[in-house]
Amino acid sequence: MTRCLAAVVVVWAGAAAVSGVAVETPTVQQVAAAAARKVVKIHGAGGVRGLEAYQSGILISPEGRVVTAMSTVLDADDIDCVLDDGRRFRAELVGVDPRRELAVLSIDAADLPAFTLAADGRVSAGTRVLALSNLFGVAVGDERVSVQRGVIAAVVPLEARRGAAEAPYTGEVYVLDCTTNNPGSPGGAVVDARGHLVGMLGKELRATTSGIWLNYALPADEVARGVEGVVTGAAEPVAGKPEPFDPRELGIVLVPDLLDRTPPFVESVVPDSPADRAGLRADDLVIAVGQRSVATRAAVERALGAVAPGDPVRLAVVRAGAVVDIDVGPRPRGATAR
Amino acid sequence: MPGALRRRGVREMMPSRCEIRHGRAAGDGLASRGCRLLTLVILAMAGSPACGGDVDPVVLEAQAARVAAVRRGMAAAVSIFAGDAGGGSGVLLTRDGYAATNFHVVQPAGPAMQCGLSDGRLYDAVLVGLDPTGDLAIVKLLGRDDFPAAEMADSDLVEVGDFCFAAGNPFLLATDLMPSISAGIVSGVHRYQFPAGTILEYTDCLQVDAAINPGNSGGGLFDAAGRLIGVNGRASFEKRGRVNVGAGYAISTNQVRNFLGCLKGGRICDHATLGATVATSAEGRVVVDDILESSDAWRRGLRYDDEIVSLAGRPVRTVNAFKNVLGTLPAGWQVPLVYRRDGRPHEILVRLAGMHAAARLAEIVSGGGDGERPQAEAGRPPLSDTVREVYEPRPGFANHHFNVLERDRVGTALASAAAARGSWVLAGRLEGGDEYRIEVTDTVASIDLPTGTSTVNVDDALDRDPAPAESGGLLAALVLWRRLVIEGPGGLGGTSYWGTAPRDPAALRDGATSDLVDVLETSAAGVQARFFVDAAGRVVAIDLWTSPDTDPCEVRLVWPRSKPGARWPVRMVVRHGAEPFGTFIIDDTDGGTP
Repeated sequence: MTRCLAAVVVVWAGAAAVSGVAVETPTVQQVAAAAARKVVKIHGAGGVRGLEAYQSGILISPEGRVVTAMSTVLDADDIDCVLDDGRRFRAELVGVDPRRELAVLSIDAADLPAFTLAADGRVSAGTRVLALSNLFGVAVGDERVSVQRGVIAAVVPLEARRGAAEAPYTGEVYVLDCTTNNPGSPGGAVVDARGHLVGMLGKELRATTSGIWLNYALPADEVARGVEGVVTGAAEPVAGKPEPFDPRELGIVLVPDLLDRTPPFVESVVPDSPADRAGLRADDLVIAVGQRSVATRAAVERALGAVAPGDPVRLAVVRAGAVVDIDVGPRPRGATAR
Repeated sequence: MPGALRRRGVREMMPSRCEIRHGRAAGDGLASRGCRLLTLVILAMAGSPACGGDVDPVVLEAQAARVAAVRRGMAAAVSIFAGDAGGGSGVLLTRDGYAATNFHVVQPAGPAMQCGLSDGRLYDAVLVGLDPTGDLAIVKLLGRDDFPAAEMADSDLVEVGDFCFAAGNPFLLATDLMPSISAGIVSGVHRYQFPAGTILEYTDCLQVDAAINPGNSGGGLFDAAGRLIGVNGRASFEKRGRVNVGAGYAISTNQVRNFLGCLKGGRICDHATLGATVATSAEGRVVVDDILESSDAWRRGLRYDDEIVSLAGRPVRTVNAFKNVLGTLPAGWQVPLVYRRDGRPHEILVRLAGMHAAARLAEIVSGGGDGERPQAEAGRPPLSDTVREVYEPRPGFANHHFNVLERDRVGTALASAAAARGSWVLAGRLEGGDEYRIEVTDTVASIDLPTGTSTVNVDDALDRDPAPAESGGLLAALVLWRRLVIEGPGGLGGTSYWGTAPRDPAALRDGATSDLVDVLETSAAGVQARFFVDAAGRVVAIDLWTSPDTDPCEVRLVWPRSKPGARWPVRMVVRHGAEPFGTFIIDDTDGGTP
């Protein structure tokens, strides 16, 4: 005990007012281990190989309430939450806050380690933090989520977009100096040096003015207000969605939309169009646009609409039973579908 | 926020300059692993004036410790330049110049490269060994025997949250030969990363948020004390292009250690396969879902639907955990495996096969037949005289020169401990009390057992009659052992250095470690044998196959612990497949006259 306990007196030269407080400071390793138990791995419907839908979530009650980022991962009928100990639960979507773009899930469990979600108190720029998330889906089963360290670099209003759409939330966020904007990170936890929850990693967004991928977190008090709104049913209405984009702008002619759910087969490819040069062929079945899996013609148009003009369009198609990636090149500004 | 995150007295996150000058950031310099630190913090924040005042000595000490650690890492860091083929990083492992790097760094470079150290000098280096599956390679820097080598730490002791730093040559910036340092924390341990491209698989690796960029490949990952914990080699890249996004991966030093013998032997190393695949059952257990009947695991009794409990002493609770353990093991090792059937655990020692055919590995090493390699080779400058002296191409080897070096090193050790050169006589009692007598001469080998006498003619093909019956070829093993000791590995035709393997695989059972001993491989007279030789030059085990894909004759030799200079073992345990053949207590020996 004597070896392990060290009392260190720190004297601040020129201190005007002095008050002594004994504080136990946990190590980074201890904070990381304790916080990781309160972060869950969320899996959507799964789907095509290489396009698995996954993100992170934060346990905010011992009874299994989880807050996460609102995203297409949650569009699935089956949402799974995998706990730190490897237990897998089917999650129920309690509701969403479309303005803050967060969602509340519920799993049928008890006595879980959980963060306390405080409705007040912000930390300031310069605060050292750890960010915990299942970035790149690296952790599966009982493997622990990834831990990154960083500093809150700024507390500023969010001006960001996803694809062509402005992010609906324009309140303050914590900008981080570590790369937290990665697939799988949304819904992850940001904790301070004592392991207190200070924020939730947001969706993958870009700064409106610079186009840079933003590493940011929604402050815990905003998360708390969002959760409160969802639970009490007071959440604001859904914000506008991006306009669908006509694939013909890229030289892709899909089969006519005769049925409600016409599969997005390629009818023909306009010669010398971007799609033609990229090697797309008639009879290819489009199954994904970027990271979004698409099952219908309308979904292709919506998914293309979510790609920002100038950003690369990558399609995954099924051809002769195999999945083929097609890089069509940058999305033109173009006209909207229909 | 006073009282920053810390561990082992090293500050994980450096305070800002202003904080140092305030002396506000607390530290102790004493806290040991896992200990709670009580910090008495004096809160006096209100109306904080401009920076001023003395620096807490604890902060200075912590900073000095970190600077010293980084200096150690920098000294061992290698910047690899391979002309038009690019380059990367490496890390020195031994004072005589063996350095680790990635397979994907040296593969385009060919057998020779230039390596810079932070002493500002450029050294010629030669390719030594390749592990294409594990993305590892060993090169040797030439011209010194006092290189500043890194100290290898036990990577299984690394924890999430540990401070770490990478030293290397990102974006090939080190044109002044000074490595770049990027610091961070360990983000994850025991990570499994699926094969990328052809066969590169990262198993049981360390994940870090220290920046790992193109060019860092092959460089060292170090802990807070400047000890090596991994070899950086991979990062998750996505929408921003090939730059660090906070998720880099390093091959653990414990995996490096397992392959180091094979790599230093100039070989193209292969990874292990169990000959069985596993899947997660509906109940969440890891069960065998496919198994080859030609595999050792099958012969030892493993069957479909058996639940894997542990492999090589490490618990297996997920498919990833199984792949993680397997990925750290070289082909040919024997390791303990515990499986459960009908609720009862069974423990077996299982011999792991190679993942790839030798021809396939050779194809991968030569560029996979994609046509790029010949062009690269054509554009390469001719080898310098210095490199040509230490480079010998040969099919199946990365650089056969180093296989001869290692083989002769073991040969020298064998000679120093050699039994005498004449006819060998080993006699005594079997464990059951019956007497036996073995004699091996230049022409004939014979054994007298209670069940009768067996003889083999030394000049015959030894695979024809694996005598004595049921032993799998004990006499053949003894004949080759004697020839190896008397003639040396150079004299016994077809002998090469195989690598290293655990001296006592069964000891791995409880998660303990076992010494790695050198292994020589011989193909002679129709049989194949491996000799396990300890550092004192004593043969501690022989495995002999009379045909492939069957059980070998396993001879385990126990040497007297109290007599380090003993010329003969005191006990010989022989086993064939699942059945023990006999334990021979050696009372009487004769090596004839030299």
